[in-house]
Amino acid sequence: MLTLECPYCGIMADETELSPGYEAHLKRYGPGSSDEEFEAYMFARKNPKGVHFERWRHAYGCGKWFLAARDTATLEVFGTYPAQSAGPPQALQDKIKAKRPDWKGYK
Amino acid sequence: MKRYSAFALAREALSNHMGWERAWAAPQPKAAYDAIIIGAGGHGLATAYYLGKNFGITNVAILEKGWLGGGNTGRNTTIIRSNYLQDSSAAIYEKARSLYETLSQDLNYNAMFSPRGVMMLAQTHHEVRGYQRTAHANALQGVVTEFISPQRVKELCPILNIDGPRYPVLGALWQARGGTGRHDAVAWGYARACSAMGMDIIQNCEVKGITSANGVVTGVETTKGYIGTKKIGIVVAGHSGQVADMAGFRLPVEAVALQALVSEPIKPCMDVVVMANTVHGYMSQSDKGEMVIGGGTDGFNNFTQRGSFHHIEETLRALIETFPIISRLKMLRQWGGIVDMTGDRSPIISKTPVGNCFINCGWGTGGFKAIPGSGWAMAELMAKGEPGPLAAEFDMWRFKEGRFIDESVAAGVAH
Repeated sequence: MLTLECPYCGIMADETELSPGYEAHLKRYGPGSSDEEFEAYMFARKNPKGVHFERWRHAYGCGKWFLAARDTATLEVFGTYPAQSAGPPQALQDKIKAKRPDWKGYK
Repeated sequence: MKRYSAFALAREALSNHMGWERAWAAPQPKAAYDAIIIGAGGHGLATAYYLGKNFGITNVAILEKGWLGGGNTGRNTTIIRSNYLQDSSAAIYEKARSLYETLSQDLNYNAMFSPRGVMMLAQTHHEVRGYQRTAHANALQGVVTEFISPQRVKELCPILNIDGPRYPVLGALWQARGGTGRHDAVAWGYARACSAMGMDIIQNCEVKGITSANGVVTGVETTKGYIGTKKIGIVVAGHSGQVADMAGFRLPVEAVALQALVSEPIKPCMDVVVMANTVHGYMSQSDKGEMVIGGGTDGFNNFTQRGSFHHIEETLRALIETFPIISRLKMLRQWGGIVDMTGDRSPIISKTPVGNCFINCGWGTGGFKAIPGSGWAMAELMAKGEPGPLAAEFDMWRFKEGRFIDESVAAGVAH
């Protein structure tokens, strides 16, 4: 079972107490944006086979949203971090790069 | 190709079955082809078959990373139905279902289509109204379905508990000509027919890159070397996004794992397919006697061909409530497949930003039922370069333009 550490309450939470929220760090487009930008925001999700950054909610725990880095091909979890992050923390990126030398980095 | 028949069986019986030929050839790739299909699953093989049969294009290679039919074609619960709400969905799924009716004769290979009837239970008042609406829509689309009473449900499937404490059965959407097929045989039958037309099915040949010149495809880099081609059809289900990346465009799909499982075999106890979408599980009985069970997908991107264990528990909990008789059954095998989900839960059969590169993907959790219709529509698109009436609505630009074929609202789950 997938287990993620909630960065707020510090609990190692099982998948059954979490709600998935798909891709992290989305830039939101609304009125005034182009059709291409709006389509990309709504539908063209990153779908990597490998390192992926995601939103999760500790739904049956503290209720907070947080972010996680995970490998979609192996289900390995690299780490979690607060939702109030503009991008993945450098320390986490370094850790992933050490484990996955082929990873092209966060884009 | 030597035809299979009762006569052939008798002839081989007299010669100790030593005269059967290989069902399909195992060629090495040629330098170039008129068309290359990436992916020898059901949809890819069907595309190749109808390219040959309907359009006479037989200088075709079908490239497969693993073994043919080894992805989702060999991993589904084999349900075949066409009772969809939206017109364009009903058209392509009904085309597929009608082709399944005569597929065994067409391919000279027993695909074991069994039109035993598919029943989708209505267990809330919302579902009753939804399925009545679907039945009316199907009547207009020429798809034969009807909304039936709980008593009729019980007659058709006596092991079903229609008086459950949480969700009593209030009726069902019944498609008598829906049913099941033999999933492997569908892939094998198409493969044998494609091979007989002179097409090359090349297994253990992974595509590593797609080359193009002036915006038009020229060939593919594979683990068995470079192969030139005039046209490419990408038909790879779970890895559609990865292959589209090689061609240089982005797809609106996400990959998630969908699980299925089968019980130990028992005596025949159910001769219809039952889908219970409120409690979320579906079940039928195979010819071997195993109860074939499917449920929900994981809620996160996943490329491992296994799902989360707790989904099995949820699915079985739902089905024990619906079929109390199965509560003591042992489960024999469980597996997962990687399904490619689009935003409106409808497939993409489309031209792409790259010239002469076509894509067929996004069948999500319900691709098996669509195999013949999908291949038919994709072959027309590849042969003519423009979609025919079956594929026209399923282009990849509908997301930008807001022309959704919204089966996620219509079906909610399990579709």
